[in-house]
Amino acid sequence: MSVNSVREVDSALAVRPTFAHRVSAKLYSNAKLRLRLLIAAPLFWLSLVYVAALLALFVTAFWTMDSFTGEVRVQWNIDNFVQLFTDALYRTVTLRTLGIALAVTFIDILIALPIAFFMAKVASRRMRGILVISILMPLWASYLVKAYAWRSVLSNDGILQWLLRPLGLDTPGYSLVGAALTLGYIWLPYVILPIFTGLEKVPQNILEASSDLGAKTWSTLRLIVFPMLLPAIAAGSIFAFSLTMGDYISINIVGGATQMLGNLVYTNVGTANNLPMAAAIAMIPVAIMFIYLTAIRKTGALDNL
Amino acid sequence: MRLSRSAKFVLAALSIATLAFIYLPLGVVVINSFNASKNMSWPPQNFTLHWWQVASQSSGMLSALATSVVVATASAAVALLLGTLLALAMSRYKFFGKQPVSLMVILPIALPGIVTGIALNNAFRTLLGIKLTIVTLIVAHATFCIVTVYNNALARLNRMNRNMEEASADLGAGIWTTFRLVTLPQMASALVAGALLAFALSFDEIIVTTFTAGGGVETLPIWILNNMFRPGKAPIVDVVAVVVVLISVLPIFFAQRLTAAEKSS
Repeated sequence: MSVNSVREVDSALAVRPTFAHRVSAKLYSNAKLRLRLLIAAPLFWLSLVYVAALLALFVTAFWTMDSFTGEVRVQWNIDNFVQLFTDALYRTVTLRTLGIALAVTFIDILIALPIAFFMAKVASRRMRGILVISILMPLWASYLVKAYAWRSVLSNDGILQWLLRPLGLDTPGYSLVGAALTLGYIWLPYVILPIFTGLEKVPQNILEASSDLGAKTWSTLRLIVFPMLLPAIAAGSIFAFSLTMGDYISINIVGGATQMLGNLVYTNVGTANNLPMAAAIAMIPVAIMFIYLTAIRKTGALDNL
Repeated sequence: MRLSRSAKFVLAALSIATLAFIYLPLGVVVINSFNASKNMSWPPQNFTLHWWQVASQSSGMLSALATSVVVATASAAVALLLGTLLALAMSRYKFFGKQPVSLMVILPIALPGIVTGIALNNAFRTLLGIKLTIVTLIVAHATFCIVTVYNNALARLNRMNRNMEEASADLGAGIWTTFRLVTLPQMASALVAGALLAFALSFDEIIVTTFTAGGGVETLPIWILNNMFRPGKAPIVDVVAVVVVLISVLPIFFAQRLTAAEKSS
């Protein structure tokens, strides 16, 4: 409908075109203007508040902190990065963070495979629905509460000690192991769900064909299911890996004195008040994530998210 | 591939063990909030409602609860407006740079919280030179909440029948009238669901919060974090933890109901 026909309708209704009518008619005929009005505010917010902040973070890493005044000084240099590469502290913490992230990812995949397989290939339809909801629900419970829950579980006189004592074992307490358990727990649903979806997509008749041709269950799993499932496993691993790389709250709650990269960033923002250094340290998990994503992109994992 | 009875049995047993692993720690927090012992010792010997009573009278906790509700409501409102506008633009128009915009909206939750947190902290303090307050906190939360409203609204818009809008225009309704009487009512339940999810997301967020809330601003998760390490506070923290889970799970429950009801109709 054109502007003219809007006017015709207006005159037919014997209404004098008001300001609102004219704006309406103008907008109706001008798609570009409509788009601009719709997108202006969200685009302004996302690019100015967020993308600009991200770019500025990157730039700040190349600035410096005046140790006398405690102010950030705009003086371009790569001292922060030189320090990252030469100071043994950063190497140790980076390797430790990487180690925890890999361990958490590996444990989560191991735990996720059986239950995802049960949900996708063994459980009845009804049962599957119930299981999916049971896995989804805790996903939404607060991250902080889950970490706090593990503080209770791991504590002396806690439930884990009570359960393990008859077996002659003790709780790992607040330590690296305790932290890995907690992080594995927190990210587990994020790993189960993509693997479950991936398994659901493996057609039943391929599995039957494999067994008709004489393959044992194990061979079918290894030669047919696993290669088809690899992208889904990789997709699940992204969450466990990246979320662990950036963590610093859980490690404070259940890790004892253990430090991860996140802790170093936080100390530099807070107590040390050295934002340029914090920005430089924050680039480490971002760089590792980038390498990780590029490495697993070939498996097709990114299309499985 | 045919699974033997014993293989199915093992899979079932492992699944039950995994579910127990997922629910046990949360169950411990719920039970501990009624545990008469002060130091989380297990198994509980006696049960009491005492901690719930103490918590309900803790002024620090109540003001943190109020702060959290204000922050979550304000962030959800901003996210509702921006997410809806963006979804309308993305569903109905083709334009240059559409791909980057869709990436930009998920970036704040896709990147580790610490990166988002420190980026905003740096932008507020170093670049803009403003002090961290409840306003900077709301700006930060709104930024990562946009995506929940956007996703819900976009999914609904893509399934909506455009004929009704055209019919409305043909019958002489202006662009506002059509939006108000035809488009908006069809989007409403998706928008409410998106806003509820945004509220829940903001309500229990902790990582970005620690970087963008000012010193005097205490949300409920920050209250938990501050009190967790204090001796003798454990039982009250248990109570508050249960409350946080309830307040964040309930909106999600209703959001799911809203989207499920729409899908089945």
